[in-house]
This record gives sequence, C-alpha cells and structure tokens, in this order.
Amino acid sequence: MKEIINAEGLHYKELNEKIHNTLLKDSVDEIVLENVVGQRYIAAGLNKKVRFIINGTAGNDLGIFMDGAEIFVNGNAQDGVGNTMNSGKIVVNGSAGDVIGYGMRGGCIYIKKDAGYRVGIHMKSYKENFPVIVIGGSAGDFLGEYMAGGVIIVLGLYSDKLPVGDFVGTGMHGGSIYIKRKNIDERLLGKEVKTKDLSKEDMDLISKYVGDFCKYFSLEQKEILNENFIKLYPYSSRPYGRLYAY
Amino acid sequence: MAKSKYKTDFRVIRDQEKCIKCQACVRMCSNDVHYYDPETDSIILQEEKCVGCHFCEDLCPTGAITVKREIPEIKFNQHWDSKDVYNIIKQAETGGVLLTGMGSDKKFKEYFDHIVLNASQVTNPSIDPLREPMELRTFIGRKPDNINDELPPQLVLETPIMFTAMSYGSISLNAQKSLAKAAFEFGTMWNTGEGGLHQELLPYAKNVIVQVASGRFGVDIDYLENAAAVEIKIGQGAKPGIGGHLPGEKVDQEISKTRRIPIGTDALSPAPHHDIYSIEDLKQLIFAIKEATRYKKPVGVKIAAVHNVAPIASGIVRAGADFVVIDGIRGGTGAAPTVIRDNVGIPIELAVAVVDQRLREEGIRNQASLIASGGFRSSADVIKAIALGADAVYIGTAALISLGCHLCQKCYTGKCNWGIATQDPYLTKRLNPEIGAKRSYNLLRAWSLEIKEMLGGMGINAIESLRGNREQLRGVGLTEIELKLLGIKHAGEAW
Repeated sequence: MKEIINAEGLHYKELNEKIHNTLLKDSVDEIVLENVVGQRYIAAGLNKKVRFIINGTAGNDLGIFMDGAEIFVNGNAQDGVGNTMNSGKIVVNGSAGDVIGYGMRGGCIYIKKDAGYRVGIHMKSYKENFPVIVIGGSAGDFLGEYMAGGVIIVLGLYSDKLPVGDFVGTGMHGGSIYIKRKNIDERLLGKEVKTKDLSKEDMDLISKYVGDFCKYFSLEQKEILNENFIKLYPYSSRPYGRLYAY
Repeated sequence: MAKSKYKTDFRVIRDQEKCIKCQACVRMCSNDVHYYDPETDSIILQEEKCVGCHFCEDLCPTGAITVKREIPEIKFNQHWDSKDVYNIIKQAETGGVLLTGMGSDKKFKEYFDHIVLNASQVTNPSIDPLREPMELRTFIGRKPDNINDELPPQLVLETPIMFTAMSYGSISLNAQKSLAKAAFEFGTMWNTGEGGLHQELLPYAKNVIVQVASGRFGVDIDYLENAAAVEIKIGQGAKPGIGGHLPGEKVDQEISKTRRIPIGTDALSPAPHHDIYSIEDLKQLIFAIKEATRYKKPVGVKIAAVHNVAPIASGIVRAGADFVVIDGIRGGTGAAPTVIRDNVGIPIELAVAVVDQRLREEGIRNQASLIASGGFRSSADVIKAIALGADAVYIGTAALISLGCHLCQKCYTGKCNWGIATQDPYLTKRLNPEIGAKRSYNLLRAWSLEIKEMLGGMGINAIESLRGNREQLRGVGLTEIELKLLGIKHAGEAW
C-alpha cells in the first residue's frame, strides 16, 4: 500500500514522527514524501523493507543507520547520505553534499550528478554486506579516506576534468575505488594507495553497478563502459603496521 | 652497543626450600619467565622477560615465588631517569613509537589527595547509615527546565559508580561478561566501548551504554536499539586527540563478528569522526541517534579533559547531549603512545570543577548529567568528584584490579596472564566470569557502603544533596589559583 505525506511546513521531528506512525501499519510498503525542503534524518535507523519516494531536497543524514529500505530522491540530497548505513538503497536523481556513506557497511548509494567532500570515509564490508557508492559526476577531496572495504565508482560524466579532488584514499586499507579516466596524477593520491589496470573481475563488478546506475537514471550503459577506468587499491592492509616499539 | 632487552624492572626470587618443582609457573607464564630444564631438573628464570604482573606469585601453591621491583640503576641524576635512558635505547633499536597500557603513572599533583571532606559536629547531627536510609540512587539524563515539564529519558543507577568503556578486543569477553553481570545485578551501567555488543552479553543489555566512535565498529540499528543509552566517543583521557588501532592479528572470529569486520583486518578508528568537525555537526549526530531510537534513550558525549574543556562541554550540552563524560589525564587505555598518555590532557579534579561551574553560570547545568572518569582509586576519590560537581563516575582500572589486574601496563601485548587484556583462549579461561562478576560486584558494594558512611558523617542522607556541594570540601596545601579553579576553600576556613 502506498501512503503520501506532505512535508510542507513540517519540522523534521514532526515529519519523521508522521513517517514512523505511518510505518506502524504493516500494509504500507511505499511512502511518497511531497515538498521535502531539507528535513533531516528521513528513514533514520529504518529496518523495514519499505520504498520511499522523496520529491524535493532531502536533508542531512538521509538514511543514517538504515537497514534495508529503499529511497529514491527526485531532487538533491544534503550532507551525510547513508551515514553508517547497514543495507538498503539510496538513489539521488541530482547532486548530494558532503560525507556521503560515512562508515557505511552495506547497501548501495547512486548519485546522478556530483557529490561533495569526504565521500565514503571508512566504508567497510562484512560478509554478505558490501557497500557501493556510484557517483555520476565528480566527488570532492578526501574520497575514500580510511576505506576498509566495498567499492566507490566515480564516472565524471558531465565534464572532461578529473572527477576527484586531492587526497584520494588516504589511509585506505581495503576495498577499491574506480575512476573513469585514462590516468590520474599520483600526487592526488593518498600514500597508501596505488593504481592498477582492470582485471575481468573488476570490469564485471563495474558493469554490474554501472548497469544499475544507468537503469535508475535512463542512461546508456554501453557508452559509459566503453572508456578506460583506473583502479585504486591499497597496497597494504596494514598501513600502520611498523609504527610501534614493543 | 647498549641493549635494552637485557634490562628488567623486576627480580623474580624463587625460594628453593619451598619450591616443589610442580612447574605450574612454567606452564602458566605467558611471558616465559620460568623455564624447566630436564637435564638439571631445575627451574631456570629469565627475569628480563618479567612484566611484573605477579600472576606466578599468586599462583604458586607453596608461596615460593616473590616478584620484586628492581629498577635498573644509572648514576644518580636529577634530570635523567633510568626509564628515560632505557626508553631511548629501545627506540634506538626499533625506531618506533613507545606504547603503553593503563592510565598515566607520571608524577602529577594528585588533587584528590589535597582535598579533605567535612563532618558534622554538634551544630548539626551526623547520620548513622546503619539505622537510617541513605540514598545513592542517581538519575543520568536531561532534567527539564520546569518541574511541570515532561521528564526526558533517564538512566537509573543504584550507586553513582559505573563501569567505563572497555571494548571487547581491548579486554576479553570473560572480563566484559564479569563487569556486565555485576552491573546488571547491582543496578548500574557497563559500557561496550567501541567494539560492538557480543551476542552472549545481550542478557545484560538493560544495563549497557553502547559507544559510537569514529570507526563506527559494530554500530547498527540493533546495537542502538538494544542499549539503555548511547555514548558518542570523541576522545579519552589516555589519548586525547588521537585515534585507536586494534591490530589485525587480534581480530579473530569472535571479534570479527562483534565489530563486524573481516577476520585479520586492522580496526582503525580515525582520530576525529569525519562527520563531526563542529558543535553543529555533533548536534547532527546526537539527533540522528535520537531520531533512530525514537527519543527513548539518553544520548551522551565523552571527551578527554583538555585545556578548553569547560567551553567545549558547554557546546556539547547545547548540542543536545543528555550526559557529558569527562575523562581526565589519568584515564586508562588498552594501548596508547606513552608520550601522549603522559603529557596530554588535564587532571579530572580541575576539569570536573570548571565544567560544573561553567554550566551553572550559563544556567544549563540541569540540561545534562556530568560523568567524571580517569583513575578513581577509592570511594574517597568518587565522593570528592561528586562534591566537585559530577553526577556519577566511571571506573575502569579499579574494576579490572577487582578481576586480578596488577597494573603491569602491558595490556597492548595481548599476553595478560590474568585473562583480562588478551584474547588467547589459554589465558582468558583463567578469568571465570561468575567469580569476576562477584568480585566486581563486591567492589561496587564496598565503595557504596563507604560513600554512605562518609555522607552520613557530613549529615547528608542523599547523594543528590552532595552534588556540587563544595562547602563539604577543603583544600590542603593548594595555591590560590588551584583553590579558585576547584571552587573550594582552604582547610581552616569556616563556612
């Protein structure tokens, strides 16, 4: 069953209370939020298989601690999308702010356009949980810092410029980052990462998630996958190994 | 060249008359100090490996072993300590950062030892706790501005003493289980630290405060839902401003499950939360947790006591924290760089006094409870901290001592003979959680009884009436600025 909530003029606390009360009805499997203007914490800690359609701009910490829900944003999202998220899906048909997917342990985040600074910091994977972030445009500085698992894919579709900033993958000790470009200036990379050519497994992984990305935003998958990708990987799972005098 | 490995801080003395060569010490010492030589049928000592944990001394059935301190001597020097010299030698050999465990052992002024308590004489009667009820019940959480307003969620403690954050990983599951059970039975709280909540401890979840730290290890919605309260860890007294690091070799199957990371990977907690760069960002996380748990439980913030502690604490309270934890320079740790532990932060006595004062001046003291921690050695330290303004205290080291710890400060080696700071099953099984729970429960009971005695002597019958009641304290041998910061008079001054 579908429910529609008009968020106009509501404080985030009131809006989230309404969502919470709506979800008490077991029959509800889809919620449409109209006129969202930056209300925070939508779907925070939600562990139900529910679908959200957000029309407007989703506020900070969209889907924080979320475990299993699906969110489609027709508009932009602010900071902290999918913070410490466990599983589920967030699709942003626009741009998103800073700190996307901080400490994310599973689930997928697809952003059609650009993302801000500090995306995917300390993402980690555990068993069946495998976090994925796909960004269609560009990402800011500090992408994938302290990354411990999962995948970040940056496509840079809307400009010829390099779609990542400085300090990519600083302190990274797991997972991989794929950037759709021929080469990258090593000076931009954290000292714990190296670049690598793609294997068939890498290509399969990219096609899978870029395929989903294209499906959500009605884009042509072939064109995107035609060009080169660079893989960034941590060359040590113990970047801080030989630091101490025992 | 000078070699550090031949230097030891201890002498192990074996009384050959008493020794029956049962070899218990040989089998049990995780540092291989005792070695049996079948050719000569004798037990040989490798004293240089001794860390001074006193386990063998305790274990020996005939009392044949004595472990004595023997600091390696250098020519007497007011400036250079032998510790400095041997640390340099160790660093010359390894090129590494010196690691240590537990709270700082450096000579700082012990303010608690310069503060004395009051008692009633003639003008008001003292109270005998044996014949009159004494109230230690403590409520942790935000109190409303107006008495008619709804009371926000509170933690109810039967004593103002809780067990501090010690993660599964830094200590063994048996150690955590001991404390969890004791807290559960006594009616106080224990704290997971940043290591997740192990399945086997779910029965004690009613009494658990769970931590959300920068690595977000083990943090998911179930973890938050299970807890009585949530604590956002910004820093700790033993290592303010730096992150944590559980080396991959300690991440075994059980720890992997609890922290929710693959086996054998390093668990790195970054120095800051990278989604918190300001008080506004902190507010965002506090309310994210409140939203996710539907405003049903208190959410607090733990910081290390640093120079700017009072304004920072004020910001934390204004950001919506229901309790603020201040951890002083004596705060313990499983592993920290020695140079950080011994040189960064300020003493808890001063920190708690200035924070309480600041929150009162700003009229927001009721908005959050104040929890002090960092090296509380006795019920006297606890009661003085409360009179200086704390609502409750956290104890860590004292709780571990009740489980057997002898402060050898080698927690980071993972070889703890007492089965506390180790994950080696051969060592952890030495700590029986039933007995551990009993002993740590006894500690809570003993300190609570002592607090009641001291309160009664002051003519006070509820711990609530002592909170921030600095007239009950007097300083001995403190300077004017110290007295001013602590907000107390010097001994000899009347009311």
